[in-house]
Amino acid sequence: MSDITKQTLTDLVKNIKEKKLSSEEITKDFILRSEKSNKLNSYITNDFNNALLKAKKFDQKPNFNLKLPGIPIAVKDLFCTKDVKTTAGSKILNNFVPTYESTVTQNIWNEGGILLGKLNCDEFAMGSSNETSFFGNVQNPIDKNLVPGGSSGGSASAVCAQLTPITIGTDTGGSIRQPASFTGIVGLKPTYGSCSRYGIVAFASSLDQAGPMAQNVKDCALLQEIITSHDVKDSTSIDFKRALYSKELNKNIKGKKIGIPKEYRVDGMPKEIEELWEKGIEYVKDCGAEVINISLPHTSYALPTYYIVAPAEASSNLARYDGVKYGFRAKGENLIDMYEKTRSEGFGAEVQRRIMIGTYVLSSGYYDAYYLKAQKVRKLIKNDFDEAYKKVDAILTPSTPSSAFKIGEKKDDPVSMYLNDIFTVPVNLAGLPGISIPAGHDSKGYPLGLQIIGKAFDEQNILNIAYAMEDKINFKNNINDWWIK
Amino acid sequence: MDKVSNNKLDYLITRKDNQYEIIIGLEVHAQVTSESKLFSSSPTKFGAEPNTQVSLVDAAFPGMLPVINEFCIKQAIKTGIGLRAKINKRSVFDRKNYFYADLPQGYQISQFKDPIVGEGKVILDMPNGQKEVGIERLHLEQDAGKSIHDLDPQNTFVDLNRSGVALMEIVSKPDLRSPDEVSVYIKKLRSIMRYLGTCDGNMQEGSLRADVNVSVRIKGSKNLGTRCEIKNVNSIKFMQMAIDYEANRQVDLIEEGKSIDQETRLFDTKKNETRSMRSKEDAHDYRYFPDPDLLPLEVSDEFINEIKKDIPELPDDKKKRFIDKFELSAYEATILVSDIDIAKYFEEVVAKMGKNKDIKLAVNWITSELFAVLNSKNLEISQSPVSAKNFAILINLIKNGTISGKIAKTVFELMIEGDKDPQKIVEEKGLKQQSDPKALEALIDKIINDNREKAVEYKQGKVKLFGFFVGQAMKASGGKANPQLINELLKKKL
Repeated sequence: MSDITKQTLTDLVKNIKEKKLSSEEITKDFILRSEKSNKLNSYITNDFNNALLKAKKFDQKPNFNLKLPGIPIAVKDLFCTKDVKTTAGSKILNNFVPTYESTVTQNIWNEGGILLGKLNCDEFAMGSSNETSFFGNVQNPIDKNLVPGGSSGGSASAVCAQLTPITIGTDTGGSIRQPASFTGIVGLKPTYGSCSRYGIVAFASSLDQAGPMAQNVKDCALLQEIITSHDVKDSTSIDFKRALYSKELNKNIKGKKIGIPKEYRVDGMPKEIEELWEKGIEYVKDCGAEVINISLPHTSYALPTYYIVAPAEASSNLARYDGVKYGFRAKGENLIDMYEKTRSEGFGAEVQRRIMIGTYVLSSGYYDAYYLKAQKVRKLIKNDFDEAYKKVDAILTPSTPSSAFKIGEKKDDPVSMYLNDIFTVPVNLAGLPGISIPAGHDSKGYPLGLQIIGKAFDEQNILNIAYAMEDKINFKNNINDWWIK
Repeated sequence: MDKVSNNKLDYLITRKDNQYEIIIGLEVHAQVTSESKLFSSSPTKFGAEPNTQVSLVDAAFPGMLPVINEFCIKQAIKTGIGLRAKINKRSVFDRKNYFYADLPQGYQISQFKDPIVGEGKVILDMPNGQKEVGIERLHLEQDAGKSIHDLDPQNTFVDLNRSGVALMEIVSKPDLRSPDEVSVYIKKLRSIMRYLGTCDGNMQEGSLRADVNVSVRIKGSKNLGTRCEIKNVNSIKFMQMAIDYEANRQVDLIEEGKSIDQETRLFDTKKNETRSMRSKEDAHDYRYFPDPDLLPLEVSDEFINEIKKDIPELPDDKKKRFIDKFELSAYEATILVSDIDIAKYFEEVVAKMGKNKDIKLAVNWITSELFAVLNSKNLEISQSPVSAKNFAILINLIKNGTISGKIAKTVFELMIEGDKDPQKIVEEKGLKQQSDPKALEALIDKIINDNREKAVEYKQGKVKLFGFFVGQAMKASGGKANPQLINELLKKKL
């Protein structure tokens, strides 16, 4: 079968179980395509040799009861993988090889998944275009010199270009949903506490969540079902009853109440986005759902709040990269000099910017005015959602205020870059689940996404809505393999 | 029980016409007795090979997360109860951010605004009565690792064994007024924690250290002076020396018309002086904020009540009971309860002495003979070479007249070697006291006969010679004669 890499996860699993395909065949094809796709720069590290060995091993003694039987999967390079270099897209971890495995990736391997390699991302997941990676830009397979979004840019690019059937990313302010939207794939940010943060290089602890990225909603549901788990190694992991999302997935959303928040109609939003949203509203209506106008009054404060809370936590989380214990170390005259050189040479500009912002907002004399106030606003934003969910079951918004932009276009304008996350950030601040599904194209033919925001722990509901909409939308990515020639 | 007294023995510094009093507050860092660290499962044993008790969490590897050790929480609450303090049902772990090579995370997890334990108090037994010292708070925090600067001329070595070990920081109110009070306070804190089993109090191993805040003011003044903080002093003696030096330094500055800078100082144990470490301007901005990796810690009433059930009788209550039940003096009781193992030993001796016991005698023997032996051998009472059982037998042998107090000392010395049964020693060595009046009478007759001239002198009024005759009689009996009987008989015969 020459179309192996075009298959959805669901098909691949089916074909393996029916012994129409072997793990080795599948793995080989994804490796081959990945090797031909160097131009995309989706990978930071490949583990192809080991992947093939593992695939052969699987085929010798296949276990078809597993949910990912011998399926090769590349993952974002923010997940620590035992004995495989993990860089977080940073020079400071350029040589770091963990001796341990993140809980989320372990859950995947436990179900038969095979590591293909580590995917590019913005440095420490700080960025919306994958341009802050120490390992260079990632190309969006949709078009040349187009950003794939970020921070899970390598992940989005790899799924879109079919270098891996599915992948996982992390989402602190939109890092799964925005690149999913830019590349025409499905990306879910689960409820905070759904997926363990153990073994994931931390950016902002109170916001970070791992989540699945896939070609379609069903694959996404299956992967979410696999990666979510209560983990005692993460004190913020929540012990709730986790549904078998893929099994319980259904398109019947009749009578569901879908909220449309008026505050998401921001000034200067392209008409195409407005129209996409309207189309989305029609789709859910067609599916029998009821559309209700709602208000999330503190929405406009979400972005500034996020850009205080996230850098504050990051400034502290990144203090451990000091050249003392592991990772990059610059030579210094003394301890302080070594710290300064290590951190100024080891971290890129965006990471340094956020460390500076974070350090500033936590400083004595500024703490109350910035950090404490931001925490209070964060509570208000969460209250907005709590109020809204008294009236509706889910909320429908655009995923991003624009389609993918050109590499370099916003690199020197951090505020314009930050604005990309305007629709995704409130979801992280409130700890809610949100899914982005491809819903159309703009005039340039670039994909556009819609976001469905759910109640906490209500992943099943937004997956079902996405599943129903997906059917109506019938989205197709226009990929011509331009990077392979 | 003695009353709380306000007239302490004043410790004042006098310069010309001015008398200054010292105001002292302590921040004691007590290592929580626990098998594993505050946020990881690494062991905490003292003295292990460097970097052998370090988990990925302790070394702050990427993606590693802290998980609260419930046992350490219980230990802190237990200590809070021992300090008669308010237990806060909700407390928050914060990050204290600073860079140092032996601080792998780049921050210490501590409690800043919402500590686990609030206000409490400690009662000090001072020579002239009791004094109450307020406790401001107790919070939990992680210890840092250790930087070793003297192993290599070029490099500093880092040992992370201690990194992440649980500490309780116990902050007193500025209620202490003299180096002696500081000494008694530290000992009392240590005693309470040892009773509770929450800190072994071993200062040599660094399980107990303190930052000492010192200021001075004209006696009677209501205002507090500018304070200096002396960091990380690890023995009571050094604390006292540091306070004494620092208070005098501050008084001298005031007398010279100079002002005191609020600063952090170090005590140089070799030079016996404090010196400036950093001024207020150079003080770190620790950028405290709630650790987002840990949710606020909430404990229920049930949880606290379960812990309360495990609280043993504490020194103050034990002291009261000893006074009431055993009719001890406050002084004796204070000594016996000062250490839980001493109190245990004492109570075991009392129990083994049976019905016809002489508690007073036992107390005297414990505080003099036994303590002397322990001191000379540098042993804790838990390592006593004489068991409580054999000690009780010895006291009973004295009490029932089998041996004299003097012989008892000889027996005691023999007991030390291998915890021998005193009864057996007395039998084997024939040390039983001679209490047969007839035999002693014959012995005394012989002595008087042999020393006729002295007997005459005695009768003529040289009463001092009585002692000579007692000595001769004891000597002749090989020390075994019952001294009381000898006295009686001599008085009769002379």
